[in-house]
Amino acid sequence: MTGFFAPYGDYGSEWLPLLVKATFNTAALSVSAFALALVLGLLLSLCQRSPFAVLRRFAAVYVTVVRGVPLLAVLFLLYFGLPGIGIVFDAFGAAVLGLALCFAAQVAELLRAGLKAIPAGQAEAALAVGFTPAQSFRLIILPQVARVVLSPMIVTFVSLLKDSSLASLITVDELALTGRAMATEYFLPLQIYVAVGVCYFAIAWPFSALSRRLAVPAR
Amino acid sequence: MTALLSVAGLRKSYGPVEVLKGIDFDVAPGEKIALIGPSGSGKSTCLRCMNFLEKPSAGEIRLDGERIGVREGRVMSDRQLAPQRAEMGMVFQLFNLWPHLSVTENVAIAARKVRGLSARDARDLALDMLAKVHMTHRAEASPLELSGGQQQRVAIARALAQKPKLMLFDEPTSALDPELVHEVLKVMEELAAEGRTMIIVTHEVAFARDIADRVLFLDGGTIVEAGPARDVITAPREPRTQAFLKKIRH
Amino acid sequence: MADLNLVTSVAQGLFAGVGVTVLVTVASLAVAVMLGFALALVRQFAGIRLLNLAIDAYCEILCNVPALTHLFILYFGLASLGIRLTSMAAAVLGLGLIGTAITCAILRAGFAALPHGQAEAALAAGLTPLQVISDILTPQAMRIALPGLGNYAVQLLKDTSVVSAIAAPEIMFFARSMVTSSFQTTLIYSMAAALYLLLSLPLMQATRMLERRYGRLKG
Repeated sequence: MTGFFAPYGDYGSEWLPLLVKATFNTAALSVSAFALALVLGLLLSLCQRSPFAVLRRFAAVYVTVVRGVPLLAVLFLLYFGLPGIGIVFDAFGAAVLGLALCFAAQVAELLRAGLKAIPAGQAEAALAVGFTPAQSFRLIILPQVARVVLSPMIVTFVSLLKDSSLASLITVDELALTGRAMATEYFLPLQIYVAVGVCYFAIAWPFSALSRRLAVPAR
Repeated sequence: MTALLSVAGLRKSYGPVEVLKGIDFDVAPGEKIALIGPSGSGKSTCLRCMNFLEKPSAGEIRLDGERIGVREGRVMSDRQLAPQRAEMGMVFQLFNLWPHLSVTENVAIAARKVRGLSARDARDLALDMLAKVHMTHRAEASPLELSGGQQQRVAIARALAQKPKLMLFDEPTSALDPELVHEVLKVMEELAAEGRTMIIVTHEVAFARDIADRVLFLDGGTIVEAGPARDVITAPREPRTQAFLKKIRH
Repeated sequence: MADLNLVTSVAQGLFAGVGVTVLVTVASLAVAVMLGFALALVRQFAGIRLLNLAIDAYCEILCNVPALTHLFILYFGLASLGIRLTSMAAAVLGLGLIGTAITCAILRAGFAALPHGQAEAALAAGLTPLQVISDILTPQAMRIALPGLGNYAVQLLKDTSVVSAIAAPEIMFFARSMVTSSFQTTLIYSMAAALYLLLSLPLMQATRMLERRYGRLKG
């Protein structure tokens, strides 16, 4: 048993700064991708509720395709595939875009469920007091949707955080890639990958716990 | 005296199903009208057509002479309807208070956002309206903490804060536990005594008899009988009215 | 653009991986559902504090660390201890253990959605607690859980693409090896994505049907 922990004592001081830097990179990647996913997801949600059938169709197809295509395939396509037809992304850009494109669909679906959870009577009462539809949405519907949707959004962020590890497979310098590099250098895959796991856990778990605290029970 | 509200030829269909088959009535200023009838008779639909929450398939509705819901031959959008709706206060069966706002905010927000009152004036107005419905002691509470009767009274205050020309009540006590019905009916009595114009869809036939000036009995989408409240309810002439009232009594 | 011969040869290359993709999906799903069900029952009904804490900790650790890291620990990490798992074994074990945590949560939610009156009525009728669980609660909880399990299966199919990183011969693995020899990156990765989509469409359809049949039960 002590044999397992020994390398941490020997190399801990070397590993720690590497892992900390890598964790920051992972965090930066995840936050950027999530921000973009929120924007795209919002646009997608508007398409889903658009009066134009074309946009609704587009949104439905988009969500289905994203549900069926692995993130890894999207990342490979963006980073390795597109240069074949002349579009070149750097690794970080491809990772941010790929993650955002895939998670935008989840964001849109969350918003859809959130809107569905608001009883129709809420908007009716708003219209009845003389609010315009825009005022009704801004003052009455949106605040309630935001409350309902906050917890699932955090869960989605944690998902994205975990999936950011796939960016290592398109050479993005983040936690998983750093782990791999360290494992090959020190020949201690078990200890190093466990340390990597601990780093991911350290940033993911607080958010998971937070989302549980914030969960709004269904009425 | 010219009517405050006039309804002519009101029809409403949902696809092939015709729910309102030609409704005509007028409401004078200060008059209380009760709409009674069996489920499915169209009375709620009729009420909801007044502020165009349901869009009529045909007919004309005029408030103070102004045509509601239709401009230049075309049905108005929700945005265009907002000012007209603001003139009518609606109270819903399920209250529909906004849970993310306090009681006072629920009552004040429309005054601020629709009529442009200052925050201070809107709040004062809200507290006045809450006093009318005897709910000032819960002014800062969340709607989720209130009983059904309390929520409905706040909903009435919210509608009153619009300073509406007309109050519309859609089965205001149907969703309440029996012991909570009285407090809401009492508030409505007080409003009636003030001289407000009210249209009330209700199952509370005794209440309708005592409060309303006129009663309209709807069945199958048409007004089967209409007349002074006491007359229609205590001595109905039409056999369908008689049959309905008999069922309710038991 | 791409001539038919090329497309056919790429397709043939990718199809070689379909068997493994499907196998890993099915095997991991089986492991996840069986173990997850067992864990859910214990967590929900055994009432042993220490056990509950252990199960909760298990779920937390597996749900807050990326699958890639788990797979690396099982495949590379254990190897340094002398335990050499094949990539298939590591894949099924890794995805299966993660899936266990997920299905456990889904099934527990199913039990939680049942009104208390269900168990009360059963006990009042004279059934033993064991009978109540097996005959009254579990059948209902399973029905409620089906749509969630369906969604998990759809996700799992995509997640198998990750096992290409530990050399399991599934679709992405073949895609990558074809790219190194033919350089038709756009075509190959697009077709790989399309293949996954094709495989997941029946799963998505089945899940939609499950949602229609059992989605209402959640209330």
